[in-house]
Amino acid sequence: MNVPSDLRYAKTHEWIRHEDDSITVGITDHAQAELTDIVYAEPPKVGAELKAGATAAVVESVKAASDIYSPLSGVVTEVNEALTANPALLNTDPFGQGWIYRMKASNIAEIEALLTPDAYSAQIGQ
Amino acid sequence: MSDPMTLKHSPLESCHLACGARMVEFGGWLMPVQYTGIMDEHRAVRSGSGMFDISHMGEVLIEGSGALEWLERLLTNRVGKLAIGRGQYTMMLNERGGVIDDLIIYRTGETAYFLVINGACRDMDLAWMRSRLPADGTVLLRDLGNDYAAIALQGPDSEKVLRTLYPQSEIPKRNGIATLGESEGFVPSLVARTGYTGEDGFELFVPVKDGSKERNGESLWKSLLAAGVKPCGLGARDTLRLEMGYPLNGSDLSLDRTPLEAGLGKFVALDDPAKIEFTGRHALESQRSKGLPSLLTPLKLTVTGPPLRSHYPVLSEGLAVGETCSGALSPSLGEGIAMAYLPPSLSTPGTALEVEVRGRGYAAVVTTLPFYSK
Repeated sequence: MNVPSDLRYAKTHEWIRHEDDSITVGITDHAQAELTDIVYAEPPKVGAELKAGATAAVVESVKAASDIYSPLSGVVTEVNEALTANPALLNTDPFGQGWIYRMKASNIAEIEALLTPDAYSAQIGQ
Repeated sequence: MSDPMTLKHSPLESCHLACGARMVEFGGWLMPVQYTGIMDEHRAVRSGSGMFDISHMGEVLIEGSGALEWLERLLTNRVGKLAIGRGQYTMMLNERGGVIDDLIIYRTGETAYFLVINGACRDMDLAWMRSRLPADGTVLLRDLGNDYAAIALQGPDSEKVLRTLYPQSEIPKRNGIATLGESEGFVPSLVARTGYTGEDGFELFVPVKDGSKERNGESLWKSLLAAGVKPCGLGARDTLRLEMGYPLNGSDLSLDRTPLEAGLGKFVALDDPAKIEFTGRHALESQRSKGLPSLLTPLKLTVTGPPLRSHYPVLSEGLAVGETCSGALSPSLGEGIAMAYLPPSLSTPGTALEVEVRGRGYAAVVTTLPFYSK
């Protein structure tokens, strides 16, 4: 499984990329492999206020719906519109074009509670 | 969730693991839900060939001078219509007309019948049948469930594949059943040209063990793999049957709904003068004269939305009128499809409805079956 070294990870298989003031959120390679064919994605709404650990989005495979939990608290600033027409991006490019939403963190210190790439790799047994 | 210690294992389990299957619990059995992916497997069956392990299904042999009459009283369809080597879809009902199980019955001899029943209710079906056996020995029941492995080979290429495996045998016609393999020197297998996908195909019932000759379940699976058939799991089995509008016992059929409500009246010989008294007959006749309380209705989304699943509320003009009993994102159509028991007044094709998913309504419309056709 791909575990990029420039990201941080939640135990529930979401990743964040922290660039300047903005946080980008998605699901990991491990998560998309577990879900297999993703056929629908429901990102949060722009402006939504999220708490760390709360359900931010829903992703559906043929067999089941899966909740995506926000790794950090904050406000949603942007969502990936491409996922409406092409939910399969979550499978084919989970760390790139499959990003789900961007947010502004309300308490950036929460990042310290997320897993490092090594810790996440260990969790998924690599 | 079943206790993992009592979970039943298919005789083909090692084949699934060797093919990289993801396994799940289904009806008390550990079964493959998918191998390469549900979409991929679904497409393979629609365009080429795929195979399903159906070893969890039960097989029952009914024999004897009293067999035909006993079966006519047990089942809804007209058993007497069957010539030797032919099969029919039918149901077992309780006194209220509710469905205990749907099954296929094949006539394999002058007074011999082979029944294939659902894996999830094998024990219930057998208990029901055994409780009705006459004491005079004119009807014999043999539970063959543990003696057979079974594989469903389905798809437009099925006949071609079967001929490569049984080059000297005569292939059954649609709904026929025959014993194949003797000419090729294999352990004889029962092969029925039936299925649950809407494609041409065969259901093969092969003895689990025979020391003397080849072609037990595992070697049959491997031969099919070598012939290019794709392993398919329960996930694709569900999307394929739902696209055809075939009901699933436990979801679309239950003890609380009659075959008439389920739209399966053509498999109930209510108006056939040669059909004798069968269990549930009075309840159905009463229902028919009073008017059906509900109808199993096919519907589909008319907007882009999430996959439809079971137990989603169905609304008409803002009021809940039922809930979905089966649902999927149809891989062939790319749309959400579902079935729900609704008031008959709302079952007319074209009726506008809404399906509620996670608290939000999505526009839907009543459609006709099958959802998918070539």
